[in-house]
Amino acid sequence: MTARESSPEKMRAEGLSAWFGGKRALKDITLPLVERKVTAVIGPSGCGKSTFIRCLNRMHEVVPGARTGGKVLLDGRSIYTRDVDPVRVRRRVGMVFQKPNPFPAMSVRDNVLAGLRLSGIVPPDPNRLAEDALRQAALWDDVKDALDRPGGALSGGQQQRLCIARCLALEPEVVLMDEPCSSLDPAATAKIEELIHELRERYTIVIVTHSMQQAARVSDFTAFFNVGELVEYDLADVIFTKPSDPRTEDYITGRFG
Amino acid sequence: MTTELDVAYPARKLAARLATAACCAAVAIALVPLLAVLFYVAKRGLGALSVSFFTELPRPVGERGGGMANAIGGTIELVLLASAMGIPIGIAAGLFLAEYRTTRLARVVRFSADVLAGVPSIIVGVVVYATVVVRMQHFSTLAGAGALAILMLPLVARTTDELARTVPDSLREAALALGASRWRIAIHVVLRTAAPGIRAGCMLAVARVCGETAPLLFTAFNNRFWNESFADPTSSLQVQIFTYAMSPYDDWHAQAWAAALVLVAMVVVLNLAARRVLRGPKPA
Repeated sequence: MTARESSPEKMRAEGLSAWFGGKRALKDITLPLVERKVTAVIGPSGCGKSTFIRCLNRMHEVVPGARTGGKVLLDGRSIYTRDVDPVRVRRRVGMVFQKPNPFPAMSVRDNVLAGLRLSGIVPPDPNRLAEDALRQAALWDDVKDALDRPGGALSGGQQQRLCIARCLALEPEVVLMDEPCSSLDPAATAKIEELIHELRERYTIVIVTHSMQQAARVSDFTAFFNVGELVEYDLADVIFTKPSDPRTEDYITGRFG
Repeated sequence: MTTELDVAYPARKLAARLATAACCAAVAIALVPLLAVLFYVAKRGLGALSVSFFTELPRPVGERGGGMANAIGGTIELVLLASAMGIPIGIAAGLFLAEYRTTRLARVVRFSADVLAGVPSIIVGVVVYATVVVRMQHFSTLAGAGALAILMLPLVARTTDELARTVPDSLREAALALGASRWRIAIHVVLRTAAPGIRAGCMLAVARVCGETAPLLFTAFNNRFWNESFADPTSSLQVQIFTYAMSPYDDWHAQAWAAALVLVAMVVVLNLAARRVLRGPKPA
């Protein structure tokens, strides 16, 4: 526990709630996200895991009728105050989605650079930047001879790593991953997990996952959500070996969910 | 032993065959007018076509020969000018309709576009006459092109709208998460993804206004010579066909057929090109 308290917090949710219209999807979540560590969010379907991470880069409010309450802090500053531009938040807090979603009309290179181009930024050395991002996403060796091919022509696992590269090219501080492996085969999943291990050196990572094995493998901290509430948060080792809440134990031992 | 698979169902087979035959007959009937038009125009037009038709100006009444160089140029000029006005505005409007589809303004604009698409083209011509021609006090190429652009607008806007909606929301979401603003997403993601279809839609809209005559009658009017600027009236194949076909001279009738053939060829080429664009480049 002391390890957790002494590590610097990159982000923090404080009393965070979220609604879809009249339906409350998150209840009063208070959760730290430790800098340069991997935090996994686990829980049964519909427990609000995805909603939670979408609140961390203000993507939740994009859904018509959706709103949030409470606070989310990034480096100690609230991202939900009036003067904060969601566009700037999203550039610092990147996101990788459940289904790989490269831009089909763009080449591999243009996909990687899309974040900059979409922000109206012309990078001084686009090729270098694309190569860096692709290397970080462990995709460079696969695509270095196919940079001009359409992004959609890659395999599913490569597409997901392309999406990760696209996110990293913006040099975010936090990377949110919403079940990034759920549409991938085991080999591609292993590659992404390996990648997460490397990325933790530079980025604060929050990963939503359905797979407890995956959470145990990749995360330093684990948060267990159930019906919109945070049940338990602790070091991953603690959650998976001696959870203090019986509901967590039931879930990780496969008794429900 | 007979199983389910051995039963022949003769009545069902007969019904299927009859239905297929009826469909084929309907297709044949639908094709007759198209082929008849193409065949008849080709038959009458080919005889009157000559090199001078493409290179010379119309001759005065009574003098044989001459051509419609200015009308061919005029039609191209009108259509290019109309496209330059109608396509960008139409695409922008269509993107707005698709990206802000739930707003009240979008609903009003979509309804207006549908109404505008149904307005008879001659009425568009009259309105442009009353608002532009009367005010400028003379017919002009610009007024004609404006009338055609108004006709193109709803076609381009609605095609763009429809195609932009087929772009999956996951791409918009991806772009949003990359910190893109709505309008940049519309241009760099939505427009770019839907571009081949929109391009084809624009070409079909161009082909459609290529043949519009009514709105040109009192906007671009006609001109026996080349127009010197966009402020001058201009000749066009459409209006020349109308004028020559109404004349009492056999020679002019023949020229009208030739003009009709050239115009039909332009429209067919545009349509074929649109299909080509829609299908995308052939894999090498």
